[in-house]
Formats: sequence, structure tokens, C-alpha cells
Amino acid sequence: MTAPTPSPTLTERLGSLLMAPVHLLMRAIDIPLRAVQKAAGIGGMATVFLAPNMLIFGIFVLLPLVINFVYSMTGGTAFFLTERQFVGADQYARLFQCANYLDPMSCQEDAFWTAVGNTFWFVVLQVSLMILTALITALILNRDLAARSFWRAVFFFPVLLSPVVVGLIWKWILQRQGLLNFGLYQFGVEPYTWLTDRNWTFVATIGVSLWAHMGFYALILLAGLQAIPKDLYEAAEMDGTKPARVFWRITLPLLMPNLLVVVVLALIRAVQIFDEVYVLTGGGPGTSTLYLTQYIYETGFASALRNPGLAAAASILMGLVLVVLTLIQLGIGQRGEKKGKR
Amino acid sequence: MKTKSLLAGAALALLMSTAAHAGDVRIMWYSDGVEGDVMKDLVGRFMKENPGINVILDNVSYSVVREQLPVQLEAGNGPDIARVAQIKDNSKHWLDLRPLVKDAKYWDDNFGAQADWMRPDGSNQISGFMTQITLTGGFANKTLFDQAGVPLPGPKATWDEWAAAAKKVKESQKTPFSMAIDRSGHRLTAPLLSYGANYIGKDGKPAPLDKGAKDFLTKFVGWVGDGSFSKDVWVSAAGNTYRAAADDFINGQLPFYYSGSWQVANLATKIGNNFDWVATGSPCGPAACTGMPGGAALVAVKYTKNPKEVAALMDWLAQEKIVKEFSERTLFLPGHKGVVDKGGLDFKTDNAFAKAALTKYVEASKTTADTALKLPGWRWSDTVYAAIVTRVGQTLAGELKLEDAFTRIDADIAQKVKDSGL
Amino acid sequence: MGVASRFILRRRGGKSWHWTDIVTWVWLVGGLIIMFGPAVWLAFSSFKTPAALAEFPPSILPYVTSQATVQGYDKPLQLFDAKMPDGSTKVLAEVRRIGLVAQMVDPKAPGEIVRVNINDRTPVRSVSFATENYTTPFTQFDFLQYLWNSVFVTVTATLITLIVNSMAAFALSKYEFRGRSLAMLVILATLMVPLSVIMVPLYSIISSLGLFNNLWGVILPTVATPTGVFILRQYMLTIPDELIDAARMDKASEWQIYWRIVLPLTAPALAVLAIFSVVWRWNDFLWPLIVLSRRELYTLQVGLSIYSGELNVQWHFILAMTVVTMIPVVLVFIFLQRFITTGIAGTGLK
Repeated sequence: MTAPTPSPTLTERLGSLLMAPVHLLMRAIDIPLRAVQKAAGIGGMATVFLAPNMLIFGIFVLLPLVINFVYSMTGGTAFFLTERQFVGADQYARLFQCANYLDPMSCQEDAFWTAVGNTFWFVVLQVSLMILTALITALILNRDLAARSFWRAVFFFPVLLSPVVVGLIWKWILQRQGLLNFGLYQFGVEPYTWLTDRNWTFVATIGVSLWAHMGFYALILLAGLQAIPKDLYEAAEMDGTKPARVFWRITLPLLMPNLLVVVVLALIRAVQIFDEVYVLTGGGPGTSTLYLTQYIYETGFASALRNPGLAAAASILMGLVLVVLTLIQLGIGQRGEKKGKR
Repeated sequence: MKTKSLLAGAALALLMSTAAHAGDVRIMWYSDGVEGDVMKDLVGRFMKENPGINVILDNVSYSVVREQLPVQLEAGNGPDIARVAQIKDNSKHWLDLRPLVKDAKYWDDNFGAQADWMRPDGSNQISGFMTQITLTGGFANKTLFDQAGVPLPGPKATWDEWAAAAKKVKESQKTPFSMAIDRSGHRLTAPLLSYGANYIGKDGKPAPLDKGAKDFLTKFVGWVGDGSFSKDVWVSAAGNTYRAAADDFINGQLPFYYSGSWQVANLATKIGNNFDWVATGSPCGPAACTGMPGGAALVAVKYTKNPKEVAALMDWLAQEKIVKEFSERTLFLPGHKGVVDKGGLDFKTDNAFAKAALTKYVEASKTTADTALKLPGWRWSDTVYAAIVTRVGQTLAGELKLEDAFTRIDADIAQKVKDSGL
Repeated sequence: MGVASRFILRRRGGKSWHWTDIVTWVWLVGGLIIMFGPAVWLAFSSFKTPAALAEFPPSILPYVTSQATVQGYDKPLQLFDAKMPDGSTKVLAEVRRIGLVAQMVDPKAPGEIVRVNINDRTPVRSVSFATENYTTPFTQFDFLQYLWNSVFVTVTATLITLIVNSMAAFALSKYEFRGRSLAMLVILATLMVPLSVIMVPLYSIISSLGLFNNLWGVILPTVATPTGVFILRQYMLTIPDELIDAARMDKASEWQIYWRIVLPLTAPALAVLAIFSVVWRWNDFLWPLIVLSRRELYTLQVGLSIYSGELNVQWHFILAMTVVTMIPVVLVFIFLQRFITTGIAGTGLK
């Protein structure tokens, strides 16, 4: 692997040499598994294959979820379950204690409801903009472009950055001494504190999350566009169909399966927005960009007014919403599967 | 199955390699400036003198100390020694060094004044010592004042007089703001106390906000509203997140900045000789001219496996000459009575502004109010700070009316007291 | 040049400019600036001194003030362009500043002190890269150790992810058994449970398993990704069952079928999962930060965060180390771009 090898046969030999221990290992694993297979039958092997994943999954994902549910029924500030007292549905009651359900400020846990409202508007706006920009980008990338893989890379590259880096970069640009103000300054516009204006920060969180994730969805849509048979377009052109009509009648319907995947993935990701916003605005100004995940993290973990039980209750409520969204995805996925089989 | 046993083996090997060796002492340390390097040097010297003890300095960010250390401690994890600022809140996790140190009397004599800040109420525990004593106070950009032809307000000047003077400077020098204060309950508490606030109720639990507190908060919100006070740091986060406004001051954009003594080293290195700056002490209110004392402590953690070694290191670090050296090199105000009384600290800086500022802070500490001195050792200080910052931040962002903010602050604190079950 | 521009500006069907051509180029060029610009800006900023970082208006390139050693003064002095009373400008070195007046000397004739109002002088600056932002952290924090930890976590977690996820996906796609839909439902339902939501209970589990302050405490909770199972299963569904039945006829064991037939055929999906797993694990921040509090265990992203003090954030180090942590990701991207793009097209995400 280290030295460049001119002869392909040598590379091959090197490769097989490297793979040899792996093959040996796999063969070694095969021996006890054959015995297991004899005992359990072919059908029983499914359990064997499933076991490692489900074991890890059970311990590190399912169990915490269950414990979380128990947490949501306990009170106090102690961290460990054994030291907490059972309070029943008190935490939920506290979350739902509002004088007026349309005004978050009238609730006992005003921050929670503010976060719910913020998250709702964020999801609606971000997802629709995401679909729009990703679709435009995909359509453009699907054109007969020079250096297409370069352009594809341009739009995809932020997807690989860590959310913390994304947040830092944009903070560095939007702050008062940042690049944006510098650019405006060149045109004689006075520096503006973008990150202290509630409306602008909200816009900024949407913009930054678009910047960071749009490329991923654009690529999924691009894959769908490229799968549409070219002869359909040629036939349409022969018939003299207008481009707009081609888009609505051919492109969009055939892209629908990809579009649905994008909608659902984008929805779920938008609901859990956290890291980049946490770094960028910290939830401020005030609570204008405080989203649900941050509320849960801070209430349960990070705040001086820590309350793990309340955070757990909030996360259970959020989990219910996520489950609904995922079930929608499941429904779509199954419909897609049936279609595939037909 | 083999992969698994392989994995298990690897995991075991890793466990072994990270398990604590006898004689290991871990310090969780955060740095604001150069103190991490100084500490590293001191620890190196200690290890040379005590070959049996291996000290490992884990540098972490302040947010780890603030957000994750408490959780680790609750779980019985954590380092052997930690440098912390939320000292009282976690005091039940600190180790009592009294039976372990060489000379408990030395500790009582020299660190006794702050011992209450770091032990559970009603005990005589020795938990550690202050690596630095801080005092909040103001900094003025003298060059801006001079250029505007506005004289610096005198030592007894009130917050109103400072605000008026700084406003004149702002208008003449076209700075974006005239004043700024860090986004911190601890910082904001100083003027509140000067206006006569008292957080501590008769029963030792938090009292509802009193007139003094409301008076200053009203003024503060007004000042932010009319553009005198910088809004930036206060609205740049939600909740009780800490934010400092030092950058604007360093940039020469701020005539007056209210922060504290720990900023001196930072300002000295970053401002250089771009402009002249002075420490002003704390402006006065109707009740006092107080700053808020505070600081960071180095404390031993109860869950250590090597208490003897921990005590040996603490003894060594607490020596008068080491404390003196540490303070001189970090430009921190020492929390050691012997060092303070003897005076003659030779701060290792050739920046005249920094030297003058440190002298000013030593002087300003004399006007600290009694109410202020009680707060660092009070169980509920952090709760009150958090509630004030959260709600005032929302008010400044235009989400809450001031009256509602007051109600919310009281409710938040009451809820937390109730949650804690005390 | 002409050929190149004609090639690059090639239009739809070679006819005259259509409005969609304009939209295309506006979008692409705008995209180039918006997508790449911030990263470039970050890279340049990472070479600035702390003082230059706090400056407004900021400069694109990092500048420092020039200094000169002047006879009769121990330390190098800063150079300024000073406006002289007669209106000319002259390069002078500043000895000290008292209030609004700077005492300066002419470096060529250091005998005489000139007094200049500070507003009448501007520093002489030159482009200079503050490489100490990079070298200091390299020498001061055990960068190699952090790098090793990051690599270990990333590689191990990715390998385990690939193995256990593909095994599970195999079971869920190629076997009919009781509880299959339940297992699938559970996996899908937790597909997107964010870690931050189960942080408190997960922490107590890690802690009671003794995995606190242990790299395995970072690795294990992330490896059973529902996303991975989901992607792989969708892909495996497209593998014809006939292949597997034929292998069974040939007396191949189920493990052999998995290893010899299914895995090679799933390679594109595995490549996608591998790439994403590498990127995710490399970029993980919050969870490692919580689990690892010992210096020798820090990953790069955690190591980065130690430059945020209580009162001061050392931005110059943070920016520089951010750039360093970005490098592997950019490399992965440059070399594996082909796999990412074709892989996403080919997997269950269709």
C-alpha cells in the first residue's frame, strides 16, 4: 500500500496478501457458525446475524430511551435514578401548565413552548426552502455542464464539515467585525449586528442549515434526475412540448420517489437541529432561535437550573413527533417497495 | 464470535492502559490566559521534587468545568483535583483535606477567609484554596475620553455619572456604544448591590427581588434601550450562557467596560499600546460602591483514589512562595492572606497600564460591601445569577416586559429551590 | 483561451443565450462564492494574530505591523507612516505613546525625538502569516495523541458499524422470521432520535459500564446506527434471492453467503456508509466531550475546545486548529468524491 507498485499483478498479489488474514478470520468464524446453523436451522441464523447489532442498539439506544421515560416520571435534581423520587405525570403537567395555549409566555415552562414554536416555524420554512434550492441545484447540475463533477463538489462540500465548524465559520462571518459587514462597509453601509436582531438570527439559522445540508439533498435529487430516461425528453421535444410542461409532466412525477425521501429526511433533520445553531447563536437573541433539542440539552444537562426529569418529559414528547414523522417515512418506503416489486 | 473476543481483548487492553496508576493525580484545569502554562511549569517542578507522584494536567474548556464536571461528580467520576468557579454549588463533592494536609493551621490562617466558599454549610472542611481572587470593576478607554475632552469621573462617581460621561464620549468619538457589561449574573450583581439589593432572605434562602435590584435592572434595561449599553453580548445567547464584551473594548470601540480583575492580563496583551486604559473600580450606587468578589478555586475531589498524593500536591501548591510566584506570573490577585499582607507582589509585566490596574483593584477591594462578601459562599448564588441572566437577556431581546421578567426571575428561583427539595 | 471559454460557456443546444443559461451561471457562480468563500475566509483568518482578528474593518489577508530595530533601543520598535507638520509623510519608529501623543524617532537618525499626534500616524503593515497559531498548539497540546485518538475512534467505529450493520441488514432483508417487522419498526422509529435527547440516561449507562473516560465509551453508542441498517437493507433488497438459493444448493453456509455473496454485491452501499461513518465520527463533538475528560484520550474536536476559557476564548488557536481538523475531511472528499456521488445514486436513497 505504501510503495507505488507499477505492476498491476503485484498490486493484486499485495491485495490478496493483505486480505489473507481477513479471509482466514472469516473462515474461522464460519466453523462455529456452521455448528450454530445446524442447531438453529437456516431461519435461526437470522437471529445470529441480527444479534450483535441489536445488542449494541439495545444497550445504547433502546435502554436509554426506556430509562428516559422513567426519568420523565421522577423529580428532584439528583442525576441517578436511584436517588430520584417518583412524581408520576407531574413533569408533563408542568410542561402543559399554561394560562393561554396560544401564548407561550403564559406557560409555566415558557421556554419549552417558545422552543416548540420556533422549531415549528424553522421546520416549515427550512424544509420548503431546502426542497426548492436543492431542486434548482439538482436541475442545474443535471444540465450539460462543463466540469460537472467540480460543480457538484462545490455544492456538496459543506455536508462534510462538522456542525461545530459550520457554526464557527458563520459566526465569524456574521458578527459585527465579520466578513458580511466588511463587504457592506465597502459599499458604505454601516456595520450591523446581525446576530443581535431576532429576525435576522432566525433567518441566519435557516440559511446556515441550508448551506450545510443542501448539497446532500441536491445529490439525491440529481441521482433521481439522471435515472429519468433521456428518450422521454427527446420524445417531448419532438412533440414540441414546452419546457415548463415537460418539467411538470415528466420530470416532477418521475422524481417523486426521491423528492419524498428528501422531504422526510429533511423534516426529521430539521426537527433535531442543534449543534450548528448552538455554536452560531446559542439560542439567542433572547430565545428567538432556541430550538427543542437545545432546550432539552440545557434543561437536562448544561444549565445551572438543571432538571433532568423535565428534560426527559420534553424529549419524550419530541420523540412522539419524531416517531410519527418516521412512520410516514415507513409508509412511503413500503409504497416504494411495492412499486419496485411490481 | 472471534471478532467479539478480539474486541473484548482490545477493550480490556485499553481499559488497562487508561486505568489510574497508584500515585497518579489528575487535575482538571481551564485557562483564561497564560495560567495553564504557569501551572504546567509548577507541576513539573513538583514532580521533580516528588518523584513518586505523577501529576497529569488535563486542560479543558470552561464549559466542561461548568456543564460536565457537575454531572461527572454526581456519578462519582471526575478528576482528583479541579479548578472550578462554581465552588459552592458542588461543595458536597469536595474532599476534606483537613486530616491530610501537613499543617491545617497554615491553611486556616491563610485561606480561611474563603474557606466557606468551598465547603458545605456548617462544616470546617478544608476543600482547597483560591487560585485567584477576582473583583469585578470597570475599565475606561482613557484615550477616547481624552480625545472627547471629557474628564474621567472620579473615584466616587455613580453609575449615572459614568453613563452620562461615557455617552458624551460616544457621541463625540462615534463609538457604537458607550458602555458594556459582560453577560453574567455575577457581573450584573455588583451594581445591583450598589443599589442596595440583597438576594439573601432571612431564612438563608433566596428572597424575592427587592427595590434595589429592580431599580438598577430598570435603569440597565433603559440604558440598553437608548443605546448607551451594548446590547450585543446580552442578546447573543439564550439561557444563562456566559459572554464577555472584552473584544469591543480591546478594539477601542467602547469608552467604558465593566468586567473584572481577571481581564487585566488579557487587556494588557491584546491592547498593547493601541490606547491608554485605566481600571476605574466600581461605580457607586445609592447604597455602596461595591464590586463583586469571586474567583476560581483549586479543590480536591472526594472520589479520588489517591488522597495522600492529592494532599501532598495541594500542600505544595499552597505554599506561600508558590502562590506568590503563580500570582506574579499570571497577574492574578492572590487569595493567600500571607502574600496579601506582606505585599510586594512583583507582577511580571512591563505594561504600565496593567500594573496600575492591578494596584487599583487591590485598592477597590476595600470598598466591597458586606452583602457582596456573603454571596460567593451562599448556596443559591448561581441559581439567582442564572435566573437573572436568562430573564434579563430575554427582556433586552424584546421578548419580555420588565415587570414580567421580575416575576419570572422570582418564579424560576422559587422553582429551583423547590426542585432541590431543601 | 478562446476555446476554453467557448467550452466553459457552452450553451444549451449551442443556440443563443436562453434565460435558463443565465440562471444556471448566476446560480453556479453564486454557489461557488457562497459555498467556498466562507471556508477560504476561515483559512485566511486562521493566520491572523489575535489583535488582527479583533480588528474592524477586517482585512482578507493577515497583516502585521512592521517593526524595526533602532539604534539605542533594546526592543524592536513599531513603524508608522507619520504626517509631519509640513504636510509630508515619513516612516518613523514609535518609542512610546503617552496619551494622544506618540514619541517617535526616525530610524535613520535616532537621536531626535519627534512628537506626533496619534491620529496623524498609521502603522506600516505587511502581509504576514502568523504560523505560530499552528505551531504553538502542535507543540503545546499533544496533537499527535489527539490525532491518533481521532483516527482510532473513526476507524474502529466505522469498521464495527460496517460489520454489525451489514449483518443486521442481511438478516432483515433476506430472511422471513417472526419479529422481523417489529425489529424493522423499532429501528425505523429510532432512526432519528438525536443523541442530545437521550444524553442523560446514556451517560448513566456508560458510567455504570465503566466506559467513562474510555474511547470505547465514544465508539459503542454510535455504531449501531439505524441509518446504516436502513441504507444497507434497502440496497440488499435489490440483490436477487435466486443467487442466495443457488448458493444454498451448493451447501454454502449462511455465513459464507453473507461474506462471499451478499457483502461484495453490497459494496457501493457499504462505501457510502463507510464514507459517512468516517465523516460523522471524525466530526463528533458533543458526546466525546462529555465522555472524555482526560488529556491523553481527547479527540481532535475535543482538543479544539480547550481554547475556550471562562472569560476569554483564544480564537486564533481555535481557527487554526479548525482548519487542521478540516484537512482529512477535505482529503476524503477529494479522493472519494466519485464514490459518494455514485453511491448515493445507487443506494436505498433512491
